[in-house]
Amino acid sequence: MTTLTSPYAPPIQPSRWKLIRGYLRRNKSLLVGLLILLFLILFTLTGLYIVDPKHAFPLSVRSKQPPGILDFGMENWPGKLPLGSDFFGRDMYAAMVRGLWQTALIGVLAGAAGTLIGVILGFTSAYFGGLFDTIVKGICQILTPIPVFMIQIIIASSLDKRDVTIYTMAGIVVMLAWMGPTLVIRSQVLSMKERQFVSVAKLSGVGNAGIIFGEIMPNLLPFIAAAFVSQVFNGVFSSFYLAIVGLGPLREPLLGNLIWGAQSQGAFFNGWWWWPIWPALAMVLILSSLALINMGMDELANPRIRKTE
Amino acid sequence: MRIRLILRRLSFLIMVIWAASTITFFIPRMSDRNPIRERFAELARTGGFSAGDLEKVVASYNKKFGLDKPLLEQYTDYIGSVATLDLGVSLNRFPKTVMEIITDSLPWTIALLFVSSILSFILGNLLGAVAAWPKSPSWLRSIATPFVLFMGIPPVLLAIFLLFLLAFKLKLFPLGQAYSTGIAPDWSFSFFLDVCWHQILPAVSLILGSVGGWVLSMRGMGVTIQGEDYVNFAEHKGLQGGTIFRDYYLRNALLPQVTGFALALGSIITSGAVVEGLYALPGLGSKLSQAIQSNDFLVIYGIVLFITMSVATLMVLVEFLYPLLDPRIKQD
Repeated sequence: MTTLTSPYAPPIQPSRWKLIRGYLRRNKSLLVGLLILLFLILFTLTGLYIVDPKHAFPLSVRSKQPPGILDFGMENWPGKLPLGSDFFGRDMYAAMVRGLWQTALIGVLAGAAGTLIGVILGFTSAYFGGLFDTIVKGICQILTPIPVFMIQIIIASSLDKRDVTIYTMAGIVVMLAWMGPTLVIRSQVLSMKERQFVSVAKLSGVGNAGIIFGEIMPNLLPFIAAAFVSQVFNGVFSSFYLAIVGLGPLREPLLGNLIWGAQSQGAFFNGWWWWPIWPALAMVLILSSLALINMGMDELANPRIRKTE
Repeated sequence: MRIRLILRRLSFLIMVIWAASTITFFIPRMSDRNPIRERFAELARTGGFSAGDLEKVVASYNKKFGLDKPLLEQYTDYIGSVATLDLGVSLNRFPKTVMEIITDSLPWTIALLFVSSILSFILGNLLGAVAAWPKSPSWLRSIATPFVLFMGIPPVLLAIFLLFLLAFKLKLFPLGQAYSTGIAPDWSFSFFLDVCWHQILPAVSLILGSVGGWVLSMRGMGVTIQGEDYVNFAEHKGLQGGTIFRDYYLRNALLPQVTGFALALGSIITSGAVVEGLYALPGLGSKLSQAIQSNDFLVIYGIVLFITMSVATLMVLVEFLYPLLDPRIKQD
């Protein structure tokens, strides 16, 4: 008796890593965004290892020194003041490292909290409906025409400036940032709970918890991830704007604070161009990397615009 | 009924303004900062008067501003004064009212924001429509791409790079301020030119930062319209390309774009305020950041409330434009 062998070889499943690499090659914006983010993370991590953290604060180094990157063989090189120092005597390299680290912290904290509130509110209001849904929707509608930044100014300026830390900054941002994710999650849940797989689950006797966590939540994950990235963007952006008008934690070298200081000391008038330029450059890199990642995540979450090989 | 819709939008507007003024009333009162005490404590530190009188002075000023009354009465007074656009007085430049400060600086802000946002809207929509249109020459289509790259960057960062490159390095433009020092403001043509010269960089940074958004949404809209039957029909009728472009593309995409403009008003004003601060222009934004730095609380609250009210009002006004733009909407 002969054993039957299939004329077809079993399909070779490419390894996970290979699949991810292949996908990233197609999704260029996700790739570029992640690469910029990686660069920023590496800059910050190596910086945290190299620099003296005390130099990020005023009166720690000689003030108003131009950057030493191009200054080979001069007294500034190597490693003395590669990015220069500002009017207050902060080493710009140390300040940038600390500022980037704190900007990232605000972004991630505000992003996580905002997304969490949004998911809980959007979910409960869409899934259970009724009066609660009407109230949540009404508040979101009334708050939408109000420029969020203006209300953030009110909150931040009624705090004592000495009390403002990066955690209060994250808190201020979150207070007015949950509406976006709430509305997104709400509309997704509204459409999802009418789909057939939910009805089937309901008819098979699955309870509310089972439907929420077993049926709807897995399908929501891409939207939650996209909402998280745009919330991080929001957090970074709003805290940057608050800091640039002088409402940031004054002692910290947050990127917005550095630009605010440079502007109020007339950095360009005095020729200290490096003072505002480094934080502005870093901010552009952060924001564009987050925007690119967000665009890439959109493609991941929305199969209609997903590219295939 | 048309009247009913107008009434509904107006009552929504009043709700928004009420919400905004309630927020600006209660949030500062939840903190234990007293603007008047802080102001006089600062004066006492710099030797304005002896610190012993501080509490007495603060108490009398609290009485004058009605801050000793019960909270509910203060609140109704406040809502009443907001309704009559009475936003209080500046603590730093005392006899001057907040409304006077706003009306002094408002023309600068309106001029800058009106010109830059309208230009950016027109430019972005034209570029986006051209980019989506299959018959447009390829060089015209590729113009749109660099603008899209600037999209995620807030105008204030573009402003810093423009200042660095064009004003600091190449010395083509002034480094901020609304007009050259040493020139007295008057109504002459040369002063007007000088002002325009100083407004170019702020306007360009605001335009560059917002054009990309319009390009993208217009391009998306154009691509959708392309597949529509009425466009095919118009082509087969033998209509001129220009007619199709103007009356079939632009016209149909206009309404959603105008809605987008209304929704963007808040961020237009926000980024305008920050850019004004960076260029030290005498508009609302600079007044706001000056007030923040000098703890002039009533000016901060007044300007914030004024901006919020204007944005909400403009949004509702834009909605009333819809039937003019699209005759299919009769608002009933």
